[in-house]
Amino acid sequence: MKMRTFKRHLGESVKSLRRNGWMSVAAISAVTVTLILVGVLLSILMNVNKLASDVENDVQVRVFVERKTTKNQQDTLKKKLESYSEVKKVTFSSKKEQLQQVVGSYGNEFKLFGGDDNPLYDTFDVQTKEPKQTEQVAKKAKTLDYVNDASFGGTSAKKLFKVVGSIQKWGMIISALLLFVAVFLISNTIRITILSRRNEIGIMRLVGATNGFIRWPFLLEGAWTGLLGAIIPIALVDFGYIWIYNGLQASLASTSYRLLTPGTFLAEIDLLLISIGIVIGALGSFVSMRRFLKI
Amino acid sequence: MIEFKNVFKQYSDDIIASNDINIRIDQGEFVYVVGPSGAGKSTFIKMMYHEEQATSGEITVNNFQLQTMKPKEVPFLRRDLGIVFQDFKLLPRLTIFENIAYALEVIEKEPAEIKERVDYVLDLVDLADKSDKFPEELSGGEQQRIAIARAVANKPEVLIADEPTGNLDPETSDDIMAILEKVNKQGTTVIMATHNSIIVNKYPHRLLAIEDGRIARDEEGGKYGYENENV
Repeated sequence: MKMRTFKRHLGESVKSLRRNGWMSVAAISAVTVTLILVGVLLSILMNVNKLASDVENDVQVRVFVERKTTKNQQDTLKKKLESYSEVKKVTFSSKKEQLQQVVGSYGNEFKLFGGDDNPLYDTFDVQTKEPKQTEQVAKKAKTLDYVNDASFGGTSAKKLFKVVGSIQKWGMIISALLLFVAVFLISNTIRITILSRRNEIGIMRLVGATNGFIRWPFLLEGAWTGLLGAIIPIALVDFGYIWIYNGLQASLASTSYRLLTPGTFLAEIDLLLISIGIVIGALGSFVSMRRFLKI
Repeated sequence: MIEFKNVFKQYSDDIIASNDINIRIDQGEFVYVVGPSGAGKSTFIKMMYHEEQATSGEITVNNFQLQTMKPKEVPFLRRDLGIVFQDFKLLPRLTIFENIAYALEVIEKEPAEIKERVDYVLDLVDLADKSDKFPEELSGGEQQRIAIARAVANKPEVLIADEPTGNLDPETSDDIMAILEKVNKQGTTVIMATHNSIIVNKYPHRLLAIEDGRIARDEEGGKYGYENENV
């Protein structure tokens, strides 16, 4: 296609977007509503993914060491744990340190338990190479000497994985449905605008316009519709996310979980929303054009 | 050159619109197509620009074999044809200039050439002063002259006019005929379907009368008027 012709199509598409007035507004609104839902869902989904990987990294085996175990015995235990092929890292945590954490989180009253009254155990925190291996490692650790008990936070982790899994699955399904509905809505709205311009298309065909020539302005008009429809969703998702991120920042500070930082994440979401808008807009008009172009 | 060989056209509901039509129209001819409503005039005309397709037989229009033509080629067939309708079919949202330019934009002519051609054909139909008006601001006769200007803008080999004077009073019809004859004198084949016996008899040309899907008469300078339709 010649550059001049493309410019003509571009001009035609803008002109007809303006001339169609309320029809264009209706189509743009359809895109807007869908993209808001898609944007919100996507933000949730991507953070759930992030959460899932945070949780995975957080899952570890905690080996409680028998009281009255000597330093040497502890070292032997540590070496034994490190010798397992599944184990990535073993960190020692004394009961004194743990008490300080408790005091930090729950208050000075717990200082009472200092010194010999400390009811906590010295522990080894064992990180495995794969999150799934924790259960196995915990079982083996239990049978070792000087070990009082070993836990792997397994049941709660398993539950969490299940929840995350179903959020991901349903999120994907709902997003796909939404996109389908959007294409349908948009192609219907555009179909009405095209219907009202049937004569015009008929005349174009009679004077010898090729289907491509007729189709381009409509495709571009659909793309504009998608692009304009993406503006409000992008603003909403951007500001909304930053607001929620700042709000949750404080309460998440004490955990090892973090939301995705707004910068690159939002840029990705914005780009995605724009592309989805443009693609469904153009696709919508392409679908509704087809039956008018049969010869 | 337009040639029909053993052309049959049957619509799905068993109506036979063309029944063994054999006809040849040479370059530069002026041909009337007459006949009562429902005789198959429109079908005959529409088959020329491939709006309708023959059920069997061969149609040749300007070197295009319509029976074996691919859908993709249809626009190119139509670029060599100018088509004029009873209801003008101008685009209401475009000015007169834009309406004519449109037919040239479609075939990707240079803007300078478009301007030149539009000015030329507006002059031909004597409406150069209306180029900035919109169709609804013009009378019926003027709109039809614009439609003819648009049809000939691309210098087509053939001008097909389907009842071009159907909605117009006799005086205006004379104006239209004058333009069609002028176009014909420049070498363009003109094929005109009409009910108007006054016109046919006043401006004698080759006459094809269609009845029941057949060519009933094919006469050079033939008279028409034994039917009382729409005179």
